[in-house]
Amino acid sequence: MATAAARDTAGSPTAYDAPAGPGDTDAFQRAFDAAVAAEERIEPRDWMPDAYRATLVRQIAQHAHSEIIGMQPEANWITRAPSLRRKAILMAKVQDEAGHGLYLYSAAETLGVSREELLDKLHAGRQKYSSIFNYPTLTWADVGAIGWLVDGAAITNQVPLCRCSYGPYARAMVRICKEESFHQRQGYELLLALSKGTPEQHAMAQDAVDRWWWPSLMMFGPPDDASQHSAQSMAWKIKRHSNDELRQRFVDICVPQAESLGLTLPDPDLKWNEERGHHDFGAIDWSEFWDVLKGNGPCNDQRLSRRRTAHEEGAWVREAAAAHAAKHSNDTTGATRA
Amino acid sequence: MTTTPAADTVTTAAALALGDDALVLSHRLGEWAGHAPVLEEEVALANIALDLLGQARVLLSMAGDEDELAFLREERAFRNLQLVEQPNGDFAHTIARQLYFSVYQHLLYDRLAAGDGPFAPLAGKAVKEAAYHRDHAEQWTLRLGDGTDESHARMQRAVDALWRFTGEMFQPVEGIDGIDWPGLESAWREAVEDVLGRATLTVPDGPRSGAWKAGAGRQGLHTEPFGRMLAEMQHLHRSHPGATW
Repeated sequence: MATAAARDTAGSPTAYDAPAGPGDTDAFQRAFDAAVAAEERIEPRDWMPDAYRATLVRQIAQHAHSEIIGMQPEANWITRAPSLRRKAILMAKVQDEAGHGLYLYSAAETLGVSREELLDKLHAGRQKYSSIFNYPTLTWADVGAIGWLVDGAAITNQVPLCRCSYGPYARAMVRICKEESFHQRQGYELLLALSKGTPEQHAMAQDAVDRWWWPSLMMFGPPDDASQHSAQSMAWKIKRHSNDELRQRFVDICVPQAESLGLTLPDPDLKWNEERGHHDFGAIDWSEFWDVLKGNGPCNDQRLSRRRTAHEEGAWVREAAAAHAAKHSNDTTGATRA
Repeated sequence: MTTTPAADTVTTAAALALGDDALVLSHRLGEWAGHAPVLEEEVALANIALDLLGQARVLLSMAGDEDELAFLREERAFRNLQLVEQPNGDFAHTIARQLYFSVYQHLLYDRLAAGDGPFAPLAGKAVKEAAYHRDHAEQWTLRLGDGTDESHARMQRAVDALWRFTGEMFQPVEGIDGIDWPGLESAWREAVEDVLGRATLTVPDGPRSGAWKAGAGRQGLHTEPFGRMLAEMQHLHRSHPGATW
């Protein structure tokens, strides 16, 4: 295609090649804009505006951090899972999240930032992760509610990212979304078993949905008129739909699913609006959202401090691995096999 | 012969011994989730835990209902080795425990897979998993033993501390026939000594008779941390008698 050719004839600029002068920047910018407009993928070695790179690093890092912090609330129940089948499912799920973290940190590396650098920023509180993980998992049913609602909201957000303009991120998201949809179904199935179980189990499921519903709706981010990064991300085709549009889509998906589960959603204003062809729903308490984002959620300190401790306690292991690799860098057998 | 237990009873006892090893070690590895020293190890430790849990489910199902056996037995009815119930400790302790167990399991399952007993089908599949677990533990033993001064000291402390739980592995298990247990033990010693040597670690020379005596875990005698592990593992299931999950 013409745009691809334009980028090629521009000398295959790499991420680290600064344009020679202002004239070059314009040519690169035009090629980039044309590629985005033509729905081509931007690849790591293509020229890209600094702000585009910075936006992607911020977003991919936040996503990667969310995967690894998100392991904590669910890992909280691995040792107490009530059947061996559920234990296997939960362990596999938490393992998938570690794997997603790996894909995403790798995608960020293609933009010139190392995993170590990003983890340092997370630990210093300079990069964020999804606020949803600052809520506690108080009962076994929370594992189901996270699968059904939190993973459900994540999928609604993430499926459009499979068409994101940045190639490595889009490709990572294809794999991640496939696994997330398993998690969502597993969460739904867990809640269904509870809902149809004993009265105590049913009550446990309802309580979990009551606590996770509103925070899940907040996962789509602030309303469109208060969303800081949305317009530019839409123009760059990193983001495809507005926060409110995705939130509405999620509500519409959840209402019939809640009915099939035999559980209610904790919103008296929730009702079908024939005219709009969507469900109306009650006002979200955005003060809670901003408060949790600022660090005042029930688990912000706990999540971050556990992450920092794990990292610090693992330092000697990482140092040993590096020292061993350096000692044996010329070996052809022994420790460096496999 | 009326003096020997029925064949299926013997098989059940052996299935519990092997199944409890896998169940308990899987649980301990699952405790690492969310705070492993490096992200790749989150994936690896969970992988090993999942393999072991899969083995445990097959083995416990040979002995009865997997969930009843896992969640409703008292501590004294568990037949696992004391080695696998030992707390995770630091990463070196987790690796030392895994090295000792996975070399044993790999050698044992390799022999069971070659036979025609009731455990041959399970062992045929599990031996491949055990080979990976063994390789993973060996690689980390080499990295930690021959890494930094600190990692060397930690790894040496770990192999020393867990050494006394290794003798129990070679007590014959009732219901597992055709195993040359002394031969298994010398193969294990040779393999472990080779890895420790390459890792610049000293082979421990203390007793290998466990907290009680050799064979204690197989007789239902466990160490104190095991009771707390079971309390956590069984609490939710026991709180809802008869519920399905």
